[in-house]
Amino acid sequence: MQSSDKKTNQSDSRRDFLKKSSLITAIALTPSVAVKAAENQADERFAELFEKIPLNLTVNNKACKTSIEPRVTLLDYLREELHLTGTKKGCDHGQCGACTVHVNGERVNSCLSLAVMNEGKKITTIEGLSNGDELHAMQAAFIKHDGFQCGYCTPGQIMSAVACVNEGHTNSRGEISEYMSGNICRCGAYPNIVDAIVEVSKGGTEA
Amino acid sequence: MINFQYLRTTSVKSAIALLLKDKNSKFIAGGTNLIDLMKRGVSAPEKLIDINHVPLKQIELVGNNIVIGALASNTAVAENALIKDKLPLLAMALNAGASAQLRNVATVGGNMMQRTRCGYFYDTEMPCNKRQPGSGCGAVGGFNRMHAIFGTSDKCIAVHPSDMCIALVALDAVVVLANSKGERKISFKDFHRLAGDTPQLDNNLKADEMIIRLEIPVNNLAKNSHYLKVRDRASYAFALVSVAAGMEISNNKITDIRLAMGGVAHKPWRLTASENFLKGKKATIENFEQAAKLAMADAKGYGENNFKLQMAPNTIIEALNVAKSKA
Repeated sequence: MQSSDKKTNQSDSRRDFLKKSSLITAIALTPSVAVKAAENQADERFAELFEKIPLNLTVNNKACKTSIEPRVTLLDYLREELHLTGTKKGCDHGQCGACTVHVNGERVNSCLSLAVMNEGKKITTIEGLSNGDELHAMQAAFIKHDGFQCGYCTPGQIMSAVACVNEGHTNSRGEISEYMSGNICRCGAYPNIVDAIVEVSKGGTEA
Repeated sequence: MINFQYLRTTSVKSAIALLLKDKNSKFIAGGTNLIDLMKRGVSAPEKLIDINHVPLKQIELVGNNIVIGALASNTAVAENALIKDKLPLLAMALNAGASAQLRNVATVGGNMMQRTRCGYFYDTEMPCNKRQPGSGCGAVGGFNRMHAIFGTSDKCIAVHPSDMCIALVALDAVVVLANSKGERKISFKDFHRLAGDTPQLDNNLKADEMIIRLEIPVNNLAKNSHYLKVRDRASYAFALVSVAAGMEISNNKITDIRLAMGGVAHKPWRLTASENFLKGKKATIENFEQAAKLAMADAKGYGENNFKLQMAPNTIIEALNVAKSKA
């Protein structure tokens, strides 16, 4: 009992410390120009740095209109504001492909794209792939071929796979592997993912 | 990510005018390196100027040059019929780099402007002369398996990670830069810098300049070209060593030859001595071996990357052999 109390106390004080230190960090990280502007009471300049930018885009055929800080990535906008949590945040640095979505029909890593850079564009996420309750052929093929284990990378894998077929980079298993290399699967479902893509690229006539 | 002001522009003129207004501003195109660096706290511009709407996406034959706009995407260049036909070395190098997702947004100009970097540059807890001049180099005497063996300085032994740039330096590309007064041209081999005493500078682009296009002279290297990249996994990894090789062979003799290496220096590394040796000679394995030996004359290992001293010549020989054997 005593030891668990002690633990609680420790974690409380640790939390306090973290709060304080993160506040200090926040001040330290404020751009020098903002600090200077605040000192000079140049409110306009200060406000500019935190202004929100109007953003219009189409997500899964639905028009979306918002105002957003320029530092928000497309990934965070989709997940945090639109609550489209099918698109996953894996590494958040363009190394894993879990965040893959289609922008104007092309696959991109949404973690390395600022939402504001996508003004006027058409975004498709994993939620927009099926036709109502009818799965997209690639989704059905992933189920048929067991193209996943834990499933975390799967939305990105499927979005990337659909693009891979559309691009025509499916002439051999080797070519599919090469053009799917931006999507990492820690469970190692790669052979089954390639099976699914082979099937879809051949119009579902072969397994 | 520290917040910043975001501006959009649609012309070279207004882009440069905006850049001149604030020295803490940066252009953003694809953003695949810059946003990554901003997330890590390595880069913190106060203003981002989005240049994606500036019309610089052309890929065309103009006179004796293939002209590529600075904002053409890596995918657009790699998949372009003219490039595949006339400059297959460039298409091969592009396809060896990054992933399909990254190539779809990464631009030609952005690829050139990605930072020469290593793990110490990214880790803000570690010393790095490139990130913080004067703080020291963590890689010299540290973890340096990925690092340079050519043209190094004790200030920085990071390598330029681009594949595209290795092909471009081999192809004698010319970079066209614009400022508020006009344009200037610079040879691709002179665009990037060695670390020397100023590792914080990766290239010779001036603070008021913008890359607007590349001009690549048409050549007869298409048939016997090869880009060979050696890396830790089969795809989607930086080069340990890469070689861009292009030859023109007539009457069994090498009449034109281009050789450049990646993963070995702070800048794309052209192998001039090897080229001079091979010019006019027969395309034989013995001559390739001799050329590879010449390339390694001033190489220096730093411990963990000593294996590159053997991997580099082997890769040169193999790339030349494959290039030669293409029918």
